[in-house]
Amino acid sequence: MAGAAPRVEARPLTRGARLTRAVLIGVSLAFLGLLLAAPLGAVLAKALAKGWQVYLESFADPDTQAAIRLTLLVAAIVVPLNTIFGICAAWAIAKFEFKGKSLLITLIDLPFAVSPVIAGLVFVLLFGAHGWFGEWLQERDISIIFAVPGIVLATLFVTFPYVARELIPLMQQQGSEEEEAAITLGASAWVTFLRVTLPKIRWGLLYGIILCNARAMGEFGAVSVVSGHIRGLTTTMPLHVEILYNEYNFVAAFAVASLLALLAILTLVVKTAVEWRAGRRRA
Amino acid sequence: MAGWFRKPSVLPGFGLTLGFTTFFLSTLVLVPLAALVFKASSLSWQDLLAILLDERAVASYRLSFGAAFLAAAVNAVFGFIVAWSLVRYEFPGRKLVDAVIDLPFALPTAVSGIALAAVFSPTGWLGQKLALAGVQVAYTWLGVVVALILIGLPFVVRSVQPALVEVQRDLEDAAETLGASPWQVFRRIVLPAVMPALLTGFTLAFARGIGEYGSVVFISGNLPYQTEITPLLIVIKLEQYDYDGAAALGFFMLAMSFVMLFAINLVQTWGRRRQAGAGR
Repeated sequence: MAGAAPRVEARPLTRGARLTRAVLIGVSLAFLGLLLAAPLGAVLAKALAKGWQVYLESFADPDTQAAIRLTLLVAAIVVPLNTIFGICAAWAIAKFEFKGKSLLITLIDLPFAVSPVIAGLVFVLLFGAHGWFGEWLQERDISIIFAVPGIVLATLFVTFPYVARELIPLMQQQGSEEEEAAITLGASAWVTFLRVTLPKIRWGLLYGIILCNARAMGEFGAVSVVSGHIRGLTTTMPLHVEILYNEYNFVAAFAVASLLALLAILTLVVKTAVEWRAGRRRA
Repeated sequence: MAGWFRKPSVLPGFGLTLGFTTFFLSTLVLVPLAALVFKASSLSWQDLLAILLDERAVASYRLSFGAAFLAAAVNAVFGFIVAWSLVRYEFPGRKLVDAVIDLPFALPTAVSGIALAAVFSPTGWLGQKLALAGVQVAYTWLGVVVALILIGLPFVVRSVQPALVEVQRDLEDAAETLGASPWQVFRRIVLPAVMPALLTGFTLAFARGIGEYGSVVFISGNLPYQTEITPLLIVIKLEQYDYDGAAALGFFMLAMSFVMLFAINLVQTWGRRRQAGAGR
């Protein structure tokens, strides 16, 4: 993502140009204020509508705590798996020339192109009570749908491309000369990766992991389809927000939502810091 | 590995990393998606068409595609203005605004959904004022559009920004010196240069809007035939254990995703070719 805004060239402006500038900046800020700032403010205002005491008490609810624990558990499984996958995919794609490479890149991006609801649906069709493996699983008393494994699978699906997609262009651009030198001089594959490649890609890797984590913790559609919404057992934080909201328990719903909003803001802070570092190195 | 398949390299790990990549990709993404296609193709043509052309399903397509198109169009205009302000003007807080553009990517969709509902509901901060003017946003199709504008915004801004940076300022200066009005400079020089990027952003936002679920369901009201999006209809069919119906609609949505991917590819190829032509 091309974020980091470069410095704007200073130019003398005519009166008409100054007016245009004021209007366009005004329109931009009004649009973003309405679309981004107002909803974010609403989350905070609603969460704190009955004061700090009530806000903090909403986190004492055992179901809320179970939802937070489940969200952390799912992220702890999904993020490392997709990180390993991302590194492997980027190594194979960036360091070697082989047939079918562009097809592979397209397929890796596929989960971004399909609706999150489809991501949940495919696993229900496979593992649900009336799915392909439904009977087989039932006989062995294994539950995947309406249980934690289904939530993990659906989350893996939707967060699949994040790390790979950050690393592939980065590693392609960096080339392989340094790795080739290390190998030729007798370094093992593992040492080459750890000492040569990893230091070069660490910021991009961190960025990919952070984005993957944010989506893993915040996914709603895909997880909603496979979860079964069993309170305290199969509800992640976003699903718990929905339950509380539909029960008109607004303070608690927005309190949990405020935690997720905080996670989003932290993600943006890390992203900006990474881009700032990358921009400084280039300068 | 045979020579026809890949170019030789001194680097290790090709078999291992490509093997793991294809294995993980297949089990997690390709086989499940194939299962959906297989399930839908096990239906007879008559059944498939009956599900896809059902009145309630058709009403949901109209809303999903219509609202996504409208939202992407709004984003093409306002997203362009935002990108322009960020690239061309210096103002206090510019860096902060630039960082905040990605908020819809980072914010869980359920949070966006209830937050928008809070702002736009008839008792909400903005909804109250709009109600006085006789406009209701929450729980109508307008609510769906608003949610999809929020979700699609970063796609347009982040596509247009780099293209605007690349626009050659000396061409603008030359045009101005030769007597072109600012509007003519914009129409004849800036807009053609960023058109491919703008179209890419529009298509990305449109594609994302068609499949969006979390941010929409809280603000749309979810009335069958009126404010029910297609992804929600799939969820409802699943809840009724109507796997055939869900698979048929899911297959249709998947096919639409491929069409959108193809469209995005076309737009990008067109943009690249134009740029190559302009460089000559």
